[in-house]
Amino acid sequence: MIMTEFWHWWIVILTVFSIVACFWIITVNLKNYTHVGEGESMGHEFDGIEELNNPLPKWWTYMFYFILAWSVFYLAAYPGLGNYQGFLGWKSSNQGITTLAESKELSEKAKAEGLLVQLDQEYKAADQTFGPLFNAMADMPILDLAYSEGLCFESKDDSYVQTACLEQDKQPEGVLVVEPYKVGQRLYLQNCALCHGSDARGSTGFPNLTDSDWLYGGTPEKIKETLMHGRVAQGMAAWGPMLGEDGVKEVAQYVLKLAGRKVNDKMAEAGKARFAVCAACHGADGKGGVANGLETGAPNLTDNIWLYGGSTKAVEESIRNGRAGVMPAWKDVLGEDKVHVISAYIYNISHPNK
Amino acid sequence: MANHHEKIEKSVVLMSIFTVIAISFGALVEITPLMFQKDTTEPVKNMRALTPLEMEGRDVYIREGCNSCHSQMIRPFRAEVERYGHYSVAGESVWDHPFLWGSKRTGPDLARVGGRYSDDWHYAHLMDPRSVVPQSNMPSFKWLDEAVLTGEDTAKKLETFNILTEGKTHKDENGNYIPLYSAEDIAGAEEAVKGKTEMQALIAYLQQLGTHLK
Repeated sequence: MIMTEFWHWWIVILTVFSIVACFWIITVNLKNYTHVGEGESMGHEFDGIEELNNPLPKWWTYMFYFILAWSVFYLAAYPGLGNYQGFLGWKSSNQGITTLAESKELSEKAKAEGLLVQLDQEYKAADQTFGPLFNAMADMPILDLAYSEGLCFESKDDSYVQTACLEQDKQPEGVLVVEPYKVGQRLYLQNCALCHGSDARGSTGFPNLTDSDWLYGGTPEKIKETLMHGRVAQGMAAWGPMLGEDGVKEVAQYVLKLAGRKVNDKMAEAGKARFAVCAACHGADGKGGVANGLETGAPNLTDNIWLYGGSTKAVEESIRNGRAGVMPAWKDVLGEDKVHVISAYIYNISHPNK
Repeated sequence: MANHHEKIEKSVVLMSIFTVIAISFGALVEITPLMFQKDTTEPVKNMRALTPLEMEGRDVYIREGCNSCHSQMIRPFRAEVERYGHYSVAGESVWDHPFLWGSKRTGPDLARVGGRYSDDWHYAHLMDPRSVVPQSNMPSFKWLDEAVLTGEDTAKKLETFNILTEGKTHKDENGNYIPLYSAEDIAGAEEAVKGKTEMQALIAYLQQLGTHLK
């Protein structure tokens, strides 16, 4: 917070003046100007109630002085007087930032200078406590992490050091057991459940994460990639104008037939002829992008799992107006370590059997 | 020393004048300098003006009172930064008139909600919050999907913001302030929002929140 010389002195002078003025007011008001002795009547009375010339209460006066003294100490210790930063070097956070890079730079600089930036201190303390736990999890491959029963840590100074896990009842006291599944679940519930549901079974438009149907692949690497960078579906175009209403109905019948449903065979046959345009993304067999090695995010149409509903009406709607799902990128929001742990959680719930 | 204080105590006029002087110190010290400080008058580097559609969305946000339950102010505490993202900085609010910081969180903070969820999610959530967040107590805003914008006043709104942000915008290479909206933007404003729903406008507004600090 750097201000011009003028505003700096404006603040300093007004603040100091008002503290001095407060001191003056209390001093002046403690003097007796009434020519009436303390505790004696001021000479007027209403309905038997008399005003006595009593001084300001002692406790109140002392409090006033104490607050004045406190304000002097506070302004000396903390930022308050214009550009003066206080002898403690404390501040809540770095202000005057115009980019994230600047924010990082200021935070590093404050650390190097040993300044007490409250937020940075909070992070430092948290890193010391949780850093080793997350580092250990981040170092494990997702596959191992997904089925890990727990990582053990020994408390050392203000931090933790990983140790070998012993059998449950032989575990010495003070050993912290971190269950990656539970950590992942927490993170999932806070960040992912809003779309995919707290049971991860998704809902219309938001994929179910517990089945074996994947739009972009269900390997650990692919799951992590999806979480880190997000996915923007190339977007299924609206085929209504291209196919015409009859065409939409016919293709819908064919798509339902692919999924093994009972359909109007004649229409489905006509739809099959038109399916060539769909094959570009869904593959000629309709098994979707992943099965055909295409990064299109096009769902498998043969498995009777429907992202936007499997009724004839819903399928026609998808063909007519198109669909485009978006998965946000979490790299910048959560950071790689947390994404790694969530990926393991997702892998676990979608592959319950090791 | 005579008892001057009695004069002040017995005169409504003098008492009022001295009271105003006494209580104005706080404002003079804490508020006035902020109006001229670089921190609070310089936008963050990648700040961009709201598009006409986002501007209309902002007005829907204000009209529906979203700011009564949602704040747009991430405080610099670890607990908040972990949940919502980088704490809010003054440079992000330079072009806000009025500020929509809010003061109460019945719902979560929205200062960096932009890009966090997909447009489809926002649509589902505004139509029926409980369809995606079962425990939510947010009202549904179904009518936004039926209310169609005419864009009649959009150009005027942009012009107003040009006046409100004078001297607080980005500068060109000659050091002159670039107005938030060019004549072209203003001319095309009506066309840009006409026929769009208020739902689309509100989602567009939400999706840019907090995305300018890069």
